[in-house]
Amino acid sequence: MSELTLTVMRLGFLAVLWLFVIVAVQVIRSDLFGTRVTQRGSRRNADARPQQAARQPAAPAQQRQRRGAPTKLVVTEGSLNGTTVALQGQTITLGRAHDSTIVLDDDYASSRHARIYPDRDGQWIVEDLGSTNGTYLNRTRLTTPTPVPPGAPIRIGKTVIELRK
Amino acid sequence: MSVVTNTTTIGAIDAPSRRNTELLLLAFAVAIPVFAYLNVGLALDGEVPSGMLGYGLGLGLMASVAHIVVRKFARYADPLLLPLATLLNGLGLVLIWRLDQSPRLNARADFAPQATNQLVYSALGIALFVGVLMILKDHRVLQRFTYISMAAAMVLLLLPLVPGLGADVFGAKIWIRVGGFSIQPGEFAKIVIAVFFSGYLMVKRDALALASRRFMGLYLPRGRDLGPILTIWAMSLLILVFENDLGTSLLFFGMFVVMLYVATERTSWIVMGLLMSAGGAVVVAQFASHVQSRVAAWLDPFGCLETAPPNSNMINACDQMTQVLMSFGAGGTLGTGLGQGNSDLISFAANSDFIFATVGEELGLTGVMAFLLLYGLIIERGIRTALAARDPFGKLFAVGLSGAFALQVFVVAGGVMGLIPLTGMTMPFLAAGGSSVIANWALIGILIRISDTARRPAPAPAPSPDAEMTQVVRP
Repeated sequence: MSELTLTVMRLGFLAVLWLFVIVAVQVIRSDLFGTRVTQRGSRRNADARPQQAARQPAAPAQQRQRRGAPTKLVVTEGSLNGTTVALQGQTITLGRAHDSTIVLDDDYASSRHARIYPDRDGQWIVEDLGSTNGTYLNRTRLTTPTPVPPGAPIRIGKTVIELRK
Repeated sequence: MSVVTNTTTIGAIDAPSRRNTELLLLAFAVAIPVFAYLNVGLALDGEVPSGMLGYGLGLGLMASVAHIVVRKFARYADPLLLPLATLLNGLGLVLIWRLDQSPRLNARADFAPQATNQLVYSALGIALFVGVLMILKDHRVLQRFTYISMAAAMVLLLLPLVPGLGADVFGAKIWIRVGGFSIQPGEFAKIVIAVFFSGYLMVKRDALALASRRFMGLYLPRGRDLGPILTIWAMSLLILVFENDLGTSLLFFGMFVVMLYVATERTSWIVMGLLMSAGGAVVVAQFASHVQSRVAAWLDPFGCLETAPPNSNMINACDQMTQVLMSFGAGGTLGTGLGQGNSDLISFAANSDFIFATVGEELGLTGVMAFLLLYGLIIERGIRTALAARDPFGKLFAVGLSGAFALQVFVVAGGVMGLIPLTGMTMPFLAAGGSSVIANWALIGILIRISDTARRPAPAPAPSPDAEMTQVVRP
């Protein structure tokens, strides 16, 4: 066996061994960064505005979102005061039910009280889900799904939340 | 009132089972050892080795059986553990086979080719892995055997001391001989004792964590809570004194301290553990000649080669250590290439305790780093499983098993490289030795079982979580 072949095999083996390590680390990466929810949300945003994406193909992911769109939901009053939830295109449910995104520990909230979701244009909408005590946006009781301007207080029982940039 | 929502809880959506990722990685993990085998054959004889097909098929068959069983019985298990273990096992087989070909080793009276045996042991290991996955449907049943497993671990650890049963191999008494086979019970004991530690600490952790006095920035536990740690410490010292094995005692005591720390979140346990093990080791080193020779070989291998009395244990230990260091040095950055090194000069235990020196010589620093990363990844997946596990027993159990694995890799690799005194333990999956391979496959099986439970999507919430009615606001 020529010296050259053996050298190539020796280095090739080390390369293959490291390739395995790198592939394994890539598999782990999906555990560490980004949940499935995040990926879905951003993909849907991209699909919703194909023409805009086509105009700015090199634009980073955040740029594709509407300028001035709220990025987080903040609880400003109530037992969950201070909690924030990142808005990534997913629907946020509020209520006392255990599977809500934000579980309200509030006697005046219904188990499925309200939900907040983005419409096709990325505008965030709040909808009351037939709650007992109602959902208030800017002190008016909601009857239909209503767009939420950033900073407007949404009151559910003793809890107040708002969307922020 | 039913509402259709797109998402409920983050992470619960179509949790991927990742079995196909595992299959791909597994194919890769079988291909690499086959390539290594070819490499060794070409380097030694200049032709494709005759056993390559059979060997590759054997490894591939074991890997596919394991994969099918995981697919059936642990659908959501971690996708990395099985390929990583398969790769290490396969490469271990290649390295052992490579040392079998050495004329120098074959000329020795105490050497016998090990590769075929190791393949059989690996198959047994896979069989135990399959058994664990099929029988152990839920790791929490092990919780019932907390105190039984304590007794079982004690028996396993003390078996080598039974006269007529125990065997003394190069000073260390950690083997037993049963009908021609020698078994290292300590390898199995590490799994059994992890059951006891996690069951015990799960119940006692609040007492250990909360009832303490603050002293010089450390939380000191109450005297009566010190009982268990003192017992384990005494046990590990007994092993050190009577079985002459630093590795096993370090493994058990270290494992206990790691689990205590994880269960209680108190740094003081680590400080106390380090002090106690250092104190114990120093005291024992005063009168155990076996330990003394290992320490001498660690501090100055080349010097003690000249000063040690001839034909003593000490000169053997020093000779081995010098050969190992030369081996690592000869490897350099990229190594001499598989089959082209001289690590067989280590002679005694070249294919078991010192197999990592062959990696160092023939694959160089680059290969050693890759191997250490492979071990690191197994440990990382174990800890990750512990983080994801939902029950405290599973958390502690996964931490204990991966901690034992990590300590074992550290003790062996550190010993071989001259970082700590050498101990007679085996590199998991790599070294020749049936007990080690079989026990480590069982360990991987249990980790896969816990990770399956941990990564399985959460069951739907109970139908009526809100028993009390919503109160109505009265204006």
